[in-house]
Amino acid sequence: MSENPQLLVHEHKDNVGVVVVEDLKAGTEMLCVVTADNSSFKLVCNDDVPIGHKVALTDLSSGDTAIKYGEDIGRFKADVKKGGHVHVHNLKTNRW
Amino acid sequence: MPINTNRKFMGYRRENGRVGVRNHVVILPVDDISNACCEAVANNIKGTIALPHAYGRLQFGADLDLHFRTMIGTGSNPNVAACIVVGIEPGWTQKIADGIAETGKPVAAFSIEQNGDLKTIMNVSRKAKEFVQWATEVQKTECDVSELWVSTKCGESDTTTGLGSCPTVGNMYDKLIPEGIYGVFGETSEITGAEHICKTRAADEETGERWYKMWKAYQDDVIFAHATNDLSESQPTKGNIEGGLTTIEEKALGNLEKIGRECKFIDILDPAEAPQKGNGLYFMDTSSAAAECVTLMAAAGYVIHTFPTGQGNVIGNPIVPVIKISANPRTLRTMSEHIDVDVTGILRRDMTIDQAGDALIDNIMRTANGRMTAAESLGHREFVMTKLYRSA
Repeated sequence: MSENPQLLVHEHKDNVGVVVVEDLKAGTEMLCVVTADNSSFKLVCNDDVPIGHKVALTDLSSGDTAIKYGEDIGRFKADVKKGGHVHVHNLKTNRW
Repeated sequence: MPINTNRKFMGYRRENGRVGVRNHVVILPVDDISNACCEAVANNIKGTIALPHAYGRLQFGADLDLHFRTMIGTGSNPNVAACIVVGIEPGWTQKIADGIAETGKPVAAFSIEQNGDLKTIMNVSRKAKEFVQWATEVQKTECDVSELWVSTKCGESDTTTGLGSCPTVGNMYDKLIPEGIYGVFGETSEITGAEHICKTRAADEETGERWYKMWKAYQDDVIFAHATNDLSESQPTKGNIEGGLTTIEEKALGNLEKIGRECKFIDILDPAEAPQKGNGLYFMDTSSAAAECVTLMAAAGYVIHTFPTGQGNVIGNPIVPVIKISANPRTLRTMSEHIDVDVTGILRRDMTIDQAGDALIDNIMRTANGRMTAAESLGHREFVMTKLYRSA
């Protein structure tokens, strides 16, 4: 692949992806790669998001389930717009 | 350095047939109050290593059993050429020495009461000198990769571990377990959120059921019995959260990438318990704290540890080389001295998981041949006993 991606997504059914570069600025049009089959798409990031942190792939509402690895990783406790930063401020475990 | 394809290495074949990749002479304290004596001996006699720790007094029941198992297992590890056990009194000291002696390796026991530290240090030093001079003449012989016991546990995980370094370990297991190695993974609390997947990775239904019962018992008897909040600063840790992991489910799914796509685990081990069902992958019921977990796996007989990290856990072990693997470019930029295998190319999409697995296998073979790991060269010797409950 000639161009390096800014965002990696594990599975097609995931609704969040992971920023894999440092100093990503709001407004960047990210190259996003789905690692399951190396397919790619573009997405504009709404926030400055640190490396390793997640970005919403679609508009999500409070109460929705976050999907990563094709699995349930917790529940949104606030609305998030497509391209928004997803972390402890808007996502919580279902476990403890 | 080319990829090692013949998968042979020069190792230490011990009296019981097991193969070690290091040749330590260990001065092993039975209890906290024998640490000073052991450290004095290790300072006197070059080429020895003391393993100070915090416990060993007034323990009882399952907690005492675990103490003995960890002590005996550590001395018995094939990376240890010879061992001197030092305790405050002769009873437990001799029990541990006798356990280690079953391997056939040179072992001696000394106790402090009725001698004092100074006389004990002199007596242990004389024996330690004899052991070191003997051990340094032990010759390496050609060994096969199938004779390796390789453990894994990740630490300071982040979202890059699930994308890169954990699948790298998984790829290594998918390639080396069929070659005949012993593997082990653990971290009971950290499977929470992926338990439905882990259960299906048991070799048969009965083992999967036993695994699930063990995991559920930990949830009920430890987590929910002791939790005072939602564990939001413990599991995931503050470091995990800094690295982008939000929930235990997300962390667990990344963690489980370490067992690859094909491997099935054949049995469940108690902490520090040696595997009994032949070669293959095992699960050990351990804490997810790095030093505790690696110490328990070393006590079970594993001779090399593979350690994926995201944010940069710096752990080592005194007797087992700990190989660090990271895919996080910020960690490689800021603390590369701690990382043995750089798999940042996975995130750039210019390195495949298959290539990363080969790079890890190459590093394992070089480490088995004697190359010091980053943690060994930096002097990381974290030896941490697991304690189940308060002493009597």
